[in-house]
Amino acid sequence: MAFRTIRAQKLKSFFSLIGVLIGVTFLIAVVSIVQGMNRYMVDRFANTLVGANTFELRQRPSIVTGNVTDDVWLEWRRRPRISYADADYVRERLRTPATFAKFCEDRVAVHYEGKVAKDIHLVGTDASYFGIRNYEITAGRAFTTQEVQTALPVVVVGHELADKLLAGLDPVGKTVQIGGLPYRIIGVVAKQGTLFGLSLDKFAVMPFSAQARRLICPINILDALIVRTDGPTSMQRAMGEAEAIMRSRRGLKPWQGNNFAFQTAQGALGTWEKISKILFLALPGLVAISLVVGGIVIMNIMLMAVSERTREIGIRKALGARRRDILAQFVVESATLSAAGAMLGIGFGLALAFVVKALTPLPAAVAPWSVVVGMVLGIGVGIAAGVYPASRASRLDPIIALRAE
Amino acid sequence: MSEIIRIRELTREYQMGEERILALRGANLDIRRNEYVAIMGPSGSGKSTLMNLLGCLDTPTGGEYWLNGQEVSRLSDHELARVRNREIGFVFQTFNLLPRATALHNVELPLVYAGVRTRERRERAAKALERVGLEHRMDHRPNELSGGQRQRVAIARALVNDPSILLADEPTGNLDSVTSAEIMRVFAGLHAAGQTVIMVTHEAEIAAHAERVVVLRDGRVESDRLTRGAAA
Repeated sequence: MAFRTIRAQKLKSFFSLIGVLIGVTFLIAVVSIVQGMNRYMVDRFANTLVGANTFELRQRPSIVTGNVTDDVWLEWRRRPRISYADADYVRERLRTPATFAKFCEDRVAVHYEGKVAKDIHLVGTDASYFGIRNYEITAGRAFTTQEVQTALPVVVVGHELADKLLAGLDPVGKTVQIGGLPYRIIGVVAKQGTLFGLSLDKFAVMPFSAQARRLICPINILDALIVRTDGPTSMQRAMGEAEAIMRSRRGLKPWQGNNFAFQTAQGALGTWEKISKILFLALPGLVAISLVVGGIVIMNIMLMAVSERTREIGIRKALGARRRDILAQFVVESATLSAAGAMLGIGFGLALAFVVKALTPLPAAVAPWSVVVGMVLGIGVGIAAGVYPASRASRLDPIIALRAE
Repeated sequence: MSEIIRIRELTREYQMGEERILALRGANLDIRRNEYVAIMGPSGSGKSTLMNLLGCLDTPTGGEYWLNGQEVSRLSDHELARVRNREIGFVFQTFNLLPRATALHNVELPLVYAGVRTRERRERAAKALERVGLEHRMDHRPNELSGGQRQRVAIARALVNDPSILLADEPTGNLDSVTSAEIMRVFAGLHAAGQTVIMVTHEAEIAAHAERVVVLRDGRVESDRLTRGAAA
């Protein structure tokens, strides 16, 4: 019955549900985009920079996204750096099974027969690094623990570095110059893609013990000890153990803070989480405004419908419709109208999210709960907006209603 | 005694601003099962008021109204709706069909409110339309039907719930004389089949089709006589 009436007045119905439509569109689109961003931040940003189930023991946090005061900076810089001995000490005493890699990094230039690739991310590390980073070797091989122990001048390069510097050549076996020293390329890492438009393939990985280490870290000093465990729980446990080990090694008193830091993927997400929290806090307000407006529009439409259809209400009452029948009829009509708006809104919202996904680097991920919430809100608004007009309709005197034109 | 309607000292007052209007001042009326009664009277005689009370669209200020053995003058809104649904079939001057619904759906409507299932509803509505000779017009909307056909749809709708009384308010008021005669023949047929018919009209010619004519004046029954055609 409700559908019949709504179908009969398509245009009017459409306009009356624009408010609900916009509200729900907004809800779905924003939630999808924020969720997409969330996933992007977790999958790409945090896990690319740090890695899942992985933490780094550092002098100070490496990924700082919030505001840091000068005092904090000064304190960070005064801290002792992480030494080889620190790294070995922790590795020997950590009871949770884990994979370790010493880690140093900097940006350097790499030369090959007169050509130069600048701003290359040079990493000095252990053989275990490739496993920790899930690097797939597409040509050649990774270096071995023996090569690290004997400090051989070998290097594994990123996809883009190989492509640019050795265009058209098989990179494996070629010798490049890093810091004036010859390094033999033994492998190429599979393409890693981009992060916020920046290439992740302009890097070179060498044994931390190799000669060029002086370019990136002072002797015996590390930027980080990377620790990877097999799950989030064991990571937390390992991090707790590592903290205790470091505190005791450095002889820190209970009231003293740590003079070292742990960098995790989660930590890198801190600022983004704040932003998405704010978006999610603002969202209900924005959605509520358009739903309230939508509800008022629907209420007016329903009031108009009631006065236009007074005669019909009289007829129905004469034929035995009770108050509650009339009430139900108009509430259902209003809820159907609003639900149709919500459904269109869901459609538009999804479309909007996909357009954003297609046209911008922002990914969009549809959250099933937002679709459910959209639908429930739509129907809820319809019911709320329909109750008053419907109760007016149900209270009409049948005699007067029958006389209406 | 098979009285289907018993009215005793029925009064109805209206408050019009400061003024109190007595539309009905103690009407008495008995109608037996299967009677065919016309109610007449000049305007202001209380004819419409009586009609509304008989149809349970309104409640009296005083007096008693018994319909089919039940005192309906003191019922609540909710109960009155039920009585209208089960006991009364309305036929209006202006047909009062739902314009957007088909003939079949219009006839189904009282059954919807009686809580009858869809399939049975369809069958009973179709049967009622057959009774008034509109079996080939079931899927037409009111604006695709002639005046006489519309009124017959309304009659089918009034009959579909097997009401105790068929209450017709100026049923031929919007029809030409040929169509009026046609509708009167439908009424006569229903009456012959055992239906109690009560018809409010101001046309003596139409009233003459009934077997009994009740005339109201100033809110009271002025005269109550059998017509020539009726058996004593």
